[in-house]
Amino acid sequence: MHSTINKYSLICHATKNILCGCLKRYSSHFVYHPEPISNELGKTSKKNMYQAINSAMDLVLSKDSNSVVFGEDVGFGGVFRCTSGLRERYGKDRVFNTPLCEQGIVGFGIGLAVAGTTAIAEIQFADYMFPALDQLVNEAAKYRYRSGNLFDCGKLTVRTPCSAVGHGALYHSQSPESFYAHAPGLKIVMPRSALTAKGLLLSCIRDPNPCIFFEPKIMYRLAVDDVPDDDYELPLEKAEVLVEGRDITLIGWGTQVHVLLEVAEIANKDFGISCEVIDLVTILPWDKQTVANSVKKTGRAIVSHEAPLTGGFGAEISASIQEDCFLHLESPIRRVTGYDTPFPHVFEQFYLPNKWKCLQAIKELVNY
Amino acid sequence: MYSAEIMLKRLINIKLFKKQYMLSSTIPANTEESVYRGINKVNYTSNLDINEPSLNSPVPIFRILNDTGDILNNCKSIIIPENNELIKMYKSMVLLSIMDKILYESQRQGRISFYMTNEGEEAAQIGSAAGLNSNDLVYGQYREAGVLLFRGFTPEQFMNQCFGNIDDLGKGKQMPVHYGSKNLNFVTLSSPLTTQLPQAVGSAYSFKRSKVDRCTIVYFGEGASSEGDAHAAFNFASTLDCPIIFFCRNNGYAISTPANEQYRGDGIVSHGPGYGIATIRVDGNDILAVYNSVLKAREYVMTHTRPILLEAMTYRRGHHSTSDDSTAYRSKDEIKQWSIKNPIIRFKQLLEKNNLWNNQNDVEYEKETKKQLMQLFAIASKKNKPNWREMFNDVYHEIPNNLLEQMNSLEDHISQYSDHYPKQ
Repeated sequence: MHSTINKYSLICHATKNILCGCLKRYSSHFVYHPEPISNELGKTSKKNMYQAINSAMDLVLSKDSNSVVFGEDVGFGGVFRCTSGLRERYGKDRVFNTPLCEQGIVGFGIGLAVAGTTAIAEIQFADYMFPALDQLVNEAAKYRYRSGNLFDCGKLTVRTPCSAVGHGALYHSQSPESFYAHAPGLKIVMPRSALTAKGLLLSCIRDPNPCIFFEPKIMYRLAVDDVPDDDYELPLEKAEVLVEGRDITLIGWGTQVHVLLEVAEIANKDFGISCEVIDLVTILPWDKQTVANSVKKTGRAIVSHEAPLTGGFGAEISASIQEDCFLHLESPIRRVTGYDTPFPHVFEQFYLPNKWKCLQAIKELVNY
Repeated sequence: MYSAEIMLKRLINIKLFKKQYMLSSTIPANTEESVYRGINKVNYTSNLDINEPSLNSPVPIFRILNDTGDILNNCKSIIIPENNELIKMYKSMVLLSIMDKILYESQRQGRISFYMTNEGEEAAQIGSAAGLNSNDLVYGQYREAGVLLFRGFTPEQFMNQCFGNIDDLGKGKQMPVHYGSKNLNFVTLSSPLTTQLPQAVGSAYSFKRSKVDRCTIVYFGEGASSEGDAHAAFNFASTLDCPIIFFCRNNGYAISTPANEQYRGDGIVSHGPGYGIATIRVDGNDILAVYNSVLKAREYVMTHTRPILLEAMTYRRGHHSTSDDSTAYRSKDEIKQWSIKNPIIRFKQLLEKNNLWNNQNDVEYEKETKKQLMQLFAIASKKNKPNWREMFNDVYHEIPNNLLEQMNSLEDHISQYSDHYPKQ
């Protein structure tokens, strides 16, 4: 389905960049906001996002003997290292490579789940998940419904890297969450940090519904938090208010949360605008209530995502805010998103909904 | 531009090179341990041959009964079921065919919305079902009602599903013939073709790991084998050593497309070697041959922890579905020719020759069955439909807030416009 050269060249780039310590190129469009340090969930240690994800799968494999991890190149640790060390610890019948075939991986995962096995599938890039669209949309999403709850594949979780990475161009950068958001029956989750990645992945794996877990790949190495060593779950279907504010609500998920956090700081410092920042966390089913409560308070809203504007999930959120908060609105709802183009290569900085585009939108809406 | 002299010299050099090359190739090519990953041993050859597929010698079709229901002389180590099992198999075939007629006609009269008959493939279905253990997991395509029937799904349950009434196990969610039963280890069908194949492989892998005496069997048509999911499933099953029986019903047609427009190799069985999968090709209209093939296939997948691909050669005598008229693309003569090979008659002849069944039994059983099915049909048709709120159930394990909100808004709407909706 896709060229191996492309996939590996990305890893080589990643490795090279780490070696050179030149993370600047990656982080040019956002500043990572680490999670606050807390001992509430027990002892912590510094982990980046891939290590946090690895830790989550390690816990599941150690506690649930009927659980397996599989996908392309998963055996040696995965091209992003998320499964490293797991085959050595749990054996190659539990952590294994599959043939290079996305529809096979998801179909196989559904069958495992139907037979009662906890199935953690990896699709190497979200950009390559489309051959599995039928298995996800027509099969996984509808399994419980169509059988009147006789059969389900709730034990299936599909992990896949997504979103901009600095040089991924058309086929290593997409954020396709809204495609899947049109398939009732799926849960769709995207973490913003190492700490949330571990807790949310554990929740997805144990949730009795099939989940797609989108991992913003730029954060695999860049996002470092004090991550609890123990087992913990974070709530699905629950948005999180990260910064409370009065004047405008900024809604995003994944990497974009960090863009919004930075722009909220700038807007406050330079223009005295108080922004409320919400991480949606779960795209489907999404937390309408938290968003509506916030917009009723601030009277203004911006939804921001990397995916193209038309048919993006921002459209759904905007429509819903309009229905729920009409009389509270002080200005139109704005979407600051990627453009309706394929994800470009050398124009990435122009394409992304960066802090300057968000800042401009905030100022326009506050002065509307 | 080269001068003529230089050109000539170059030509001579090329000739010399060729000659040298030919001389050095007189050392015989030999067999070596392969350095190529995934290939065990390799022969080198100095012959540049194109490897033509051997279409002139198709894989033979295993059969036990001839067209008139006699056991062939040279059949070795076959298993004939006990008499009562033989009669159960025969009655299941007849029951299936009677149920088909009633439900097909009921669709024609507008009583149910859709139906698919199993006509012509009764032996492939019942014979394979009889060869399995009851806890083996079945993934069907859509023309396997006989498998479910043989496992104990009652005519009443079939009819409840076709009407989508309050007693339908699927709670009225799917079109007719999308059956499923947790108790009978038959995964609920879905309409998309071939999606069940990689899923069945995943379940087989799960059984292998849990070391239970279970395999999966997955049914599909020859048309379905053209989908990408078939390739995915064969390859996953082979590379991951899964105990699964791939049961292909090669019935000659995918809706209107004849099998010869579906593939150019030797049917579906020829896919096996390419994936490193063992195969059996069997006469799908010979119930004893199908039964023995599945018994043997089951033993093979359980003892070797490997997949097997079984191709049952048969013929879909009925239309694809009630939305199809097959006379638009095949001749009546062709259908008639296959009517003579009716698998029910063939099996009946065997039973008659062994004094296990006779015409009188047939008449009585058919009469009694028809009467019983018509009564069940009348009951199923009168049962209520599930409450409309059921529409929102089972999307997720628990109803999420967005669906609760939508359910409440429909409730409100219905309270104002109740005249325009079916009464419960």
